[in-house]
Amino acid sequence: LWWARTPPAPLPRPPPAAAGSCPVGPCGRRAYAPPAERKRFYQNVSISQGEGGFEINLDHRKLKTPQAKLFTVPSEALAIAVATEWDSQKDTIKFYTMHLTTLCNTALDNPTQRNKMQLIRAAVKFLETDTICYRVEEPPALAELQKNEWDPVVTWAEKRYNVTIGSSTSILGPNIPASTKETFVSHLASYNMWALQGIEFVITQLKSLILSMSLIDRHITVEKAVLLSRLEEEYQIRRWGNVEWAHDYDLCELRARTAAGTLFVHLCSESSTVKHKLLQD
Amino acid sequence: MAALGAPLRTLRALLRELRHAGGRSYRDIPAYRHVLAAFRAHRVTSEKLCRAQQELHFQAATYLCLLRSVREHEALHREYHGRGERSPQEVAGLVGFRLPQQPGGKG
Repeated sequence: LWWARTPPAPLPRPPPAAAGSCPVGPCGRRAYAPPAERKRFYQNVSISQGEGGFEINLDHRKLKTPQAKLFTVPSEALAIAVATEWDSQKDTIKFYTMHLTTLCNTALDNPTQRNKMQLIRAAVKFLETDTICYRVEEPPALAELQKNEWDPVVTWAEKRYNVTIGSSTSILGPNIPASTKETFVSHLASYNMWALQGIEFVITQLKSLILSMSLIDRHITVEKAVLLSRLEEEYQIRRWGNVEWAHDYDLCELRARTAAGTLFVHLCSESSTVKHKLLQD
Repeated sequence: MAALGAPLRTLRALLRELRHAGGRSYRDIPAYRHVLAAFRAHRVTSEKLCRAQQELHFQAATYLCLLRSVREHEALHREYHGRGERSPQEVAGLVGFRLPQQPGGKG
């Protein structure tokens, strides 16, 4: 979601700090240095409750979205998690690590201006190109791995949602019947707008509707979902070796985004009540 | 249900992550207190299969995954991707050359 990565600008921008390692060449040209990041300009992060929901306070200033709306979230646990994200920034603010904040900003601003139905249609459209429905024929080890790892998830989804999905080795992909799509559409319609933003985000990250649904239904963990989504890469890594600065980097980023998306969906669609049972002696 | 392991292990790992993220006053972090309170609240139950407990455990495991992977991602970024380009002098220095000095500038 690169459009959601614009940093929030609630205050006038401080002048960019000069980057340390920026020697000037003989003809006065500057070598490329990474753009200066915003320094942490607040000491305390706290949460308060307003009319619309929970708000984040950086020192005494209220956090705003990139489109300058007041940042309110419906769930206290989500607000606490966002506050933790802001609080864990040392020295500079790294927006690319603040996935929950980004998701909340997207949900509040809706920069692509899609309504609920458009979001659902975009999510279900992914089913036609679902990763775990596309199988290879060779190398046979990979085909076998795909069968062993992905088939159980497809079977689970078919049973859980009472639909037919199947898998295919052709370039056109599996033939998904319209009734399957309608089932998913009506299932997704039961989530609220915020949760749907999160679901669509997870689907875009994992490149699979089925994996996302099994994650959101708590059938598999985030680590397992990411592993299944990257199955072919993991196979190639095991065969040819791991490159830390590329493979691990992508793996951590995918895990972080997927975990953030899943947590976002769960925190936006739950309502917890505490019932105290009386102790019976 | 996802294979999650023992809730205690997840809780300890999660608290450790929060402690690293927080610094000295980690006990005052709202997330730390919230997680502890939530785990305590769901502990006492007479049911053998408590759905809310499993939901909480899954959420805790997801949050743990988030914190852990953000920390690892940042470390990898710092290590491999954070430094920008080398200057012409540094590039020349890699093979043992030095750039020519032109008094009065070019041209």
